Amino acid sequence: MSAPTHRKVVVTGLGAFTPLGGDVASTWAALLAGKSGVRTLTHDWTETIPVHFAAETAVDPSEVMDRVEARKLDRAEQFALIAAREAWKDAGAPEIHTERLGVVIASGIGGILSLLGSYDVYLEKGARRVSPHTVPMLMPNGPAAAVGLELKAQAGVHTPVSACASGSEGLGYAMEMIRSGRADVVVAGGTEAGVHPLPMAGFAAMMALSTRNDAPEKASRPYDKERDGFVLGEGAGVVVLESEEFAKARGARIYAELAGQGITSDGYHIAAPDPEGRGAARAMKMALADAGVAASDVVHLNAHATSTPAGDIAESLAIRGALGADTDHVAVSATKSMTGHLLGGAGAIESVFTILALHHRMAPPTINIENFDEEIKLNVVRDNPRPLPEGSIAALNNSFGFGGHNVALVFRSV
Amino acid sequence: MAHSVDEVLAGLAEIVEEVAGIPASSVLMDKSFTDDLDVDSLSMVEVVVAAEEKFGCKIPDDDVKNLVTVGDAVNYIVKAAH
Repeated sequence: MSAPTHRKVVVTGLGAFTPLGGDVASTWAALLAGKSGVRTLTHDWTETIPVHFAAETAVDPSEVMDRVEARKLDRAEQFALIAAREAWKDAGAPEIHTERLGVVIASGIGGILSLLGSYDVYLEKGARRVSPHTVPMLMPNGPAAAVGLELKAQAGVHTPVSACASGSEGLGYAMEMIRSGRADVVVAGGTEAGVHPLPMAGFAAMMALSTRNDAPEKASRPYDKERDGFVLGEGAGVVVLESEEFAKARGARIYAELAGQGITSDGYHIAAPDPEGRGAARAMKMALADAGVAASDVVHLNAHATSTPAGDIAESLAIRGALGADTDHVAVSATKSMTGHLLGGAGAIESVFTILALHHRMAPPTINIENFDEEIKLNVVRDNPRPLPEGSIAALNNSFGFGGHNVALVFRSV
Repeated sequence: MAHSVDEVLAGLAEIVEEVAGIPASSVLMDKSFTDDLDVDSLSMVEVVVAAEEKFGCKIPDDDVKNLVTVGDAVNYIVKAAH
């Protein structure tokens, strides 16, 4: 591959609102400590569905957001806005012409709590009582719009929707905005708030969810022989991306470079992964080529690893297909073992984790592996965090979604 | 059911506080919903629907655009609910 001719894209700010913490610092500390964010639900509907647990955010948005502001925002919008504010502040609130500032906040489902809640109001009280804020709250681009309005971004505000790959696709789209010269700074991430009986009943009907009701904290167990499905999570991750020259000119602290992306589709099945992981492998290869990174430089990989029996094996095959023998020295972390699966927020929060892993030279652990599945041919970071080498290193973040979406992102240390 | 101006003002002030977060004590007859009380066109719909429910009256959409100040709304509701 010839060296990339486009502008380099760097990460200068991080924000997180997750089942492990209300900000990046508390989330990262809990992640390194191997804590689970999964709990038994206490809603009045909990017993009406087969799965009684999920990973709700550690902090309720009402604790950190003004009541009047919150009542016009869907929960997914609240998560995104809180995380975006943290990321923007973390980046030092860059002074930028608003026509050069973009926003990309992905979501898998959008404002489903508002959609279903408003439908309940309509059925019970009639059309006149449906809130005028309903549509801005339920539209999938609502979180991106809310963040864009806050920052007055005018270079474009976007929302990729590709199920559980959405968050990573959001970062990839943002990178292209900067590379192509449309923007100098883009606030990018993903958000999801779908802890509601309807989507949970739907996922349960697909037999996609773990049903380990007696031990919720043990339910998300990627790579364990007894894994039986994913655990629904909620929350948001947001990063601030900038062209390298813009970041350097303003003296910004740079966490890492977002160096490449690969996006493919399986063309195989609406929900099941290609059992050989061909589309996923191709995405990883494309991302490495796009970044100009050799497989031998990759030291860490944040796996999609949702804890489903088929998905974890397909991804394992895909990783080995893409990295070959170099797979052996790649520290693989499956952080959904702690956060649950944030759907459209997953790729974003896991990008935050990948960036922090490079920045702190520390790969987070994978918890709940009691009997390692020998079909998984990966070097998995189990139970305790693992230091990463010094020098120039790179890491991959994988995200895959229902519909056969495959997104791989490459980050490089600075 | 008839309501006095004071009753309607007090009730409307509670609604505006709930919707827009403006302290009820600041919701006075001469205040403009848009310019003084941070009630935009969407939030105004919320105020109107809540007022209809509270005072048992109808405020047709065509009339809402004429309700610029709190006083406009209070006087309209006093008449409509009479």
